Amino acid sequence: MPIATASQTIGPYWHLIEHPEFADLTRFGAAGERITLTGRVIDGDGAPLADGCIELWQASPTAGETFPGYGRAAADRDGRFRFTTIRPGPLPGPGNAQQAPHFALSVMARGILTRLVTRAYFAGEALNETDPILSLIEDPARRATLMAHPAGTDTWHIDIRLQGEGETVFMEF
Amino acid sequence: MSASATTPFRDITPGSQPPNDFPEYGSTHRRHPKLPLLRIPQTVTETTGPRFTRAQYPAMIDMSRIGGREAVGERIVVRGRVLDENGRPVPDTMIEIWQANAAGRYAHERDQHDAPLDPNFKGEGRVFTDAEGWYEFTSIKPGSYPWRNHFNAWRPNHIHYSLFGPGFATRLITQMYFPGDPLLELDPIFHSVPDEAARNRLIAKFDIEITRPEWALGYRFDFVLRGRETTAMEE
Repeated sequence: MPIATASQTIGPYWHLIEHPEFADLTRFGAAGERITLTGRVIDGDGAPLADGCIELWQASPTAGETFPGYGRAAADRDGRFRFTTIRPGPLPGPGNAQQAPHFALSVMARGILTRLVTRAYFAGEALNETDPILSLIEDPARRATLMAHPAGTDTWHIDIRLQGEGETVFMEF
Repeated sequence: MSASATTPFRDITPGSQPPNDFPEYGSTHRRHPKLPLLRIPQTVTETTGPRFTRAQYPAMIDMSRIGGREAVGERIVVRGRVLDENGRPVPDTMIEIWQANAAGRYAHERDQHDAPLDPNFKGEGRVFTDAEGWYEFTSIKPGSYPWRNHFNAWRPNHIHYSLFGPGFATRLITQMYFPGDPLLELDPIFHSVPDEAARNRLIAKFDIEITRPEWALGYRFDFVLRGRETTAMEE
């Protein structure tokens, strides 16, 4: 059996494939509740991930002709990124479990050899209490690193810390 | 949605992927998580993924010229297949491509290497695989360039690739290298892949069959994306 090709860093010059419109998942005319997700990524020194590439994927609502489900944004010099998208709903989980609404996020940059994967959930969402992925994290402080918080009208914000105090929960699968 | 579209992908083969912390590559030092990654079951979020269409993401298959004006450098054709770990072709999948010019300079504001820019070379490409997983594009061979990882550090010639495949779990960012490059032995990014065979699969093969007479040198490079788990019956 062939083995999957090795990952290599996206490097500092990935902006050659950057298209700012990719950060707007509503650009093909998607219907639904439009929201903004903002974020800020910092490294182990607290420095912004100024050359980072952030990707978002959501399996809800189902991707199709008018909704790509996928977005890409550059982190700016302050490590900040922004997506415009449609608010996701709950999704089926393992067995009979239901997953709380969430985004999957990939963080790629110089110094990151294989993308780092995490999730953003909506703070205060009742389904978070029984979400099968969040339930794998025993420490409430660690679980809190996956929460986006309200940050203005229809806007949610999440901080992503690559390393050190408050380090974000990153996942493998 | 059919059952097969949500079948989990196979586990990652030990040694085939680089670690997050690789001291020889200095930039990993402050950019790797220190806590263990959380192992999660693959849900519909991981087993499904975006679909890219040629209509919404137009192809750019010839990077070797802009508006009919030729870029400087050694013209190349890169051709190969995208397969999964079950040996099946991955059809209609998008491959994004970016690279430095022949002098080793990226058309990027943050690249300050003292080498010339080429007005006829942007360094971005985008292709889709056909029904049998084949792709092909034309470009020029990228040059080597210095970087500040260690004293007198130079990156080997390489082309960057971005692939999505059928699910979020198959996302791949990688680099393709060229055969016979003496800088490979000295490059920490190449050497971050622990398994030697896995590392060497990142090196394209010169291919006289792909080479176009009086036109361009040909290289063969295949990608393998994670494959879905199969039942004993299917095998």
